[in-house]
Amino acid sequence: MRVRVEQTALPGIGVRHDLVMASGRRIGVVSHRSGRRDLVLYDQDDPDACIASLPLTDDEAEALADLLGASLMLGQLAGLRSQAAGLLTEQISIPAGSPWAHRRLGDTRARTRTGASIVAVLRDREVIASPAPSFAFQTGDVVVVVGTREGLDGVAAILAETESDG
Amino acid sequence: MHDLSILLIELGTVLLGLSLLGRIGRRTGLSPIPLYLIAGLAFGEGGLLPLSASEEFIEVGAEMGVILLLVMLGLEYSAGELVSNLRASAPAGLIDAVLNAVPGALFALLMGWDWVAALVLAGITWVSSSGVIAKVLSDLGRLGNRETPVVLSVLVIEDLAMALYLPFLTAVLAGVSLAAGATSLAIAVATVVIVLLVAIRFGNAISAFISADDAEALLLGVLGLTLLVSGMADKLQVSAAVGAFLVGIALSGPVAHHAVQLLTPLRDLFAAVFFVFFGLSTHPGEIPHVLLPALALAVLTMGTKVLTGYLGAKRAGIALPGRFRAGLALMPRGEFSIVIAGLAVAAGVEPQLASLATAYVLITVVTGPMLARIPDTEWFKAMLRKRTAVGHPVVPRPD
Repeated sequence: MRVRVEQTALPGIGVRHDLVMASGRRIGVVSHRSGRRDLVLYDQDDPDACIASLPLTDDEAEALADLLGASLMLGQLAGLRSQAAGLLTEQISIPAGSPWAHRRLGDTRARTRTGASIVAVLRDREVIASPAPSFAFQTGDVVVVVGTREGLDGVAAILAETESDG
Repeated sequence: MHDLSILLIELGTVLLGLSLLGRIGRRTGLSPIPLYLIAGLAFGEGGLLPLSASEEFIEVGAEMGVILLLVMLGLEYSAGELVSNLRASAPAGLIDAVLNAVPGALFALLMGWDWVAALVLAGITWVSSSGVIAKVLSDLGRLGNRETPVVLSVLVIEDLAMALYLPFLTAVLAGVSLAAGATSLAIAVATVVIVLLVAIRFGNAISAFISADDAEALLLGVLGLTLLVSGMADKLQVSAAVGAFLVGIALSGPVAHHAVQLLTPLRDLFAAVFFVFFGLSTHPGEIPHVLLPALALAVLTMGTKVLTGYLGAKRAGIALPGRFRAGLALMPRGEFSIVIAGLAVAAGVEPQLASLATAYVLITVVTGPMLARIPDTEWFKAMLRKRTAVGHPVVPRPD
């Protein structure tokens, strides 16, 4: 159970957040500058294209959010995304039962192995910026990683390992 | 008094005609730009219904139209967005410029025109229509698509590039020496950089100066500031359009948001007048002569736009269908091409240029949005599936 939410700027329109579900499907939300929000569902055969785009009013969006439960606040991370080409930001959670809960960040050797950096950890609505190698993970932490696509996938794979090769 | 009544009658007829055309356009899902151009052709000299009394009025209206088009364009972007986009998408913007401006320039030289006309035609074929494309993307429900940021960033870079290209072109068209042209370009670069920096640092202060609370004061304030800066930019030979664009960028937050809502109807009115004016200044009798070259140029540069989008999307890691969607979406040329052609026509460059530009924009802006639907068709999807099912077919390269 890891959720990766990507944020993409849409110049002149607004911003898009999307995530890949465990089933492999991709869904997203396009937030327009005007306040309108579109719920978008991506095509299974062609993951770049959305097959449905549902405009939601503020009230509808709020109702839907209530139904689905409180979500991660991504707004705080807006400034974190690097502007350089090819660099992406991703959030990976440490679920209950993860081998990494109570282990130290340094043990992941994420930067050495993947080139991607863990730049922050979100814990209980707080942002812990630039965690040291001695930082110990807890269940429910959300790790913010910056790197290339491959790097991010590498870190995601490391954090998903059931047995670490520490 | 007599002149005034004729002016009112002519203007009323034109606006009523445009409203009818606009309704037809909405029924058929067509952008209003080609309809307004055709209306201009019909009302112009040698057309069905020549206008005379309102020409001057329409000329001033057209100038307002350009300024409003550009200030609205600027309002859509924040300075921070432009700067971050510039860093991330400069390579895609460069591919776009080379692939689309060069064919236009070469084509002009092939037609036997001078290098000034080549510079003009390069601009006309280079810039896609942000307005038409944004509407196509939204109509086709593609705002959430993963190739859409690629398309948008190409548009942003083009719009920003225009802030440098237009003053340079204005200087060249004014017949100044290369050195003076370079000075004008340097002033433009400095102005753009300063405005971006000021907008990033003090955007809130500028916006606070114009209060967003009172609609009337806001409308007059934004319009006044825009016209003032445009006029000053024009005096400095930086082009009035660029001045307006920069004002749009400098405004942000609630002021920009409310200004967009207030200015949209005004923009629609004067932009329509602008397109009609351009049609007016084109002689319809000349269109048949340039139809074939315009068609050839359109086919060529629509092809290069597809390639631009394809390469840009490929760089962003988009799969094959998305690359074609990005490429085909970028094809329509519109307001900017007409703005550039309008500058050239006013300066008396190559008489055939106006008719060529009109025909060219008509072709791309009508066929572009239709062709953009191709990737959504079943046969196209089936074709791509077949290609990917075979594995990655290696296209033999002659090298």
